[in-house]
Amino acid sequence: MQASNIKLSRRELLVMSAASATMMAMPAVAGAQPASAGRARAPVNTPVALRVNGHLHELELDTRSSLLDVLRERLQLGGTKKGCDHGQCGACTVLVNGRRINACLTLAVMHQGDEITTIEGLGTPQRLHPLQAAFVRHDGYQCGYCTPGQICSAAGMLAEIEAGIPSHVSADLEARPLLSAAEIRERMSGNLCRCGAYANIVDAITDVAEGRA
Amino acid sequence: MKSFTYEKAQSPAEAAAAAARIPGARFIAGGTNLLDLMKLEVETPAHLIDVNGLALDRLEPLSDGGLRVGALVRNTDLAADARVRRDYPVLARALLAGASGQLRNKATTAGNLLQRTRCAYFYDTNQPCNKRVPGSGCSALEGLSRPLALIGVSRACIASHPSDMAVAMRLLDAGVETVKADGSRRLIPIADFHRLPGDTPQHESALAPGELVTAVSLPPPLGGKHYYRKVRDRASYAFALVSVAAILQPDGSGRVALGGVAPRPWRLESAEAALPLGARAVTEQLLAGATPTQQNAFKIPLVQRTLSAVLAEAQG
Ligand code: FES
Ligand code: FES
Repeated sequence: MQASNIKLSRRELLVMSAASATMMAMPAVAGAQPASAGRARAPVNTPVALRVNGHLHELELDTRSSLLDVLRERLQLGGTKKGCDHGQCGACTVLVNGRRINACLTLAVMHQGDEITTIEGLGTPQRLHPLQAAFVRHDGYQCGYCTPGQICSAAGMLAEIEAGIPSHVSADLEARPLLSAAEIRERMSGNLCRCGAYANIVDAITDVAEGRA
Repeated sequence: MKSFTYEKAQSPAEAAAAAARIPGARFIAGGTNLLDLMKLEVETPAHLIDVNGLALDRLEPLSDGGLRVGALVRNTDLAADARVRRDYPVLARALLAGASGQLRNKATTAGNLLQRTRCAYFYDTNQPCNKRVPGSGCSALEGLSRPLALIGVSRACIASHPSDMAVAMRLLDAGVETVKADGSRRLIPIADFHRLPGDTPQHESALAPGELVTAVSLPPPLGGKHYYRKVRDRASYAFALVSVAAILQPDGSGRVALGGVAPRPWRLESAEAALPLGARAVTEQLLAGATPTQQNAFKIPLVQRTLSAVLAEAQG
């Protein structure tokens, strides 16, 4: 096989290597699958009206569609990223009615009537959101893949501190939470950064929290 | 993911009736655990009943001085409630020790109680697992068992219950309010809510087919000092290897419950009489008859040391 004959996109390559990694980790054992799991079921479509960044979209969706897939594949809002698709990395974080959630672990059909905000709705290249400007200023990323999720998460997180919601590291449950680095790290633990830009991310968020941005 | 039909529930009773009537139906609330498992086809519901629209998202005082927590109250909101922070700090602490900010914003009180084990073999449809495919065998007995349970287990299953919140609920002796498919209501004491695996690890709770959790009621405040100490492989966003929930009174009496060691929150009221004797005596009684694997035997001394740290902190 000649390497020059193989033309794979980066995406296909990533998918392939993920699949082979899984197979290597766990060899298949015959008879482990439930008999019913293989039975085919017809897809079910349903109309869904989604309000994203202030715009209403009337869509016809497979009930299985995650909010993340609809944002990226149907509405072409590619800012929200898919890292793990299992609620483990935070790359897909968006704001729903002002609260941060993982868009990969929710069905689009469950969000009729909700106000959804993605990174594209938070700021624009001409008018950056203060968190976006602070991430640029502090170099709060390297590859940038986790960044939209980090920024949406930080926006939701600062609102949670503002609302007085305590965290695991708050010494006093009943006092107003502090804006310390320890609080920010704990509250942002649902957002992983493969490039390890954490120190600068904390600095960027601290700037905005303290009103320096 | 297998395809499914979808409906929004109109009332708790109608939801329960529909869930019992429609083959393969499941409730969905926060969805953070169910959708994860559906993507892997560990769960393959044919019909989802979305209960989010039901008005079960309130906290209300009870006439006996307790607090009723609606089944749909999100983990964030429960931990942030002023009454919970003041009167049930062990519950707030347990909630805040679990998951991430994003997940706590979505996860519900009932969903947290009903979340499924994170045993790697339950998640991997290529491996035998008695909980996922009854009769197929337990891969964990001879496999990766470090995070799993060592007491209350059986030869069929050593999966551990992953919830932090449920440990605090068990410590507080909460009650689980439900509505059944025939519209009748009942209150299940939390001690009877989660089942031990025995020969049927696929049955995890006392709920009947279609039965819907509507609320969790907390008893009147117990006073005392509240602790939730969780030991895990990293400082945040990880399941417990071991956790200790405790309420300690000035006279030396108290309550203790454990997470991470059993198929359900683990509490033995009889062991609590040993509290004045110290962590070792309590641990010996709590974990008497434990059958750890080589990989998770470390949890026995870890429970004792974690409880010891809690007792030392209480003595100031
Ligand atoms: S893609 Fe949603 S948490 Fe990783
Ligand atoms: S900047 Fe690369 S993953 Fe965070």
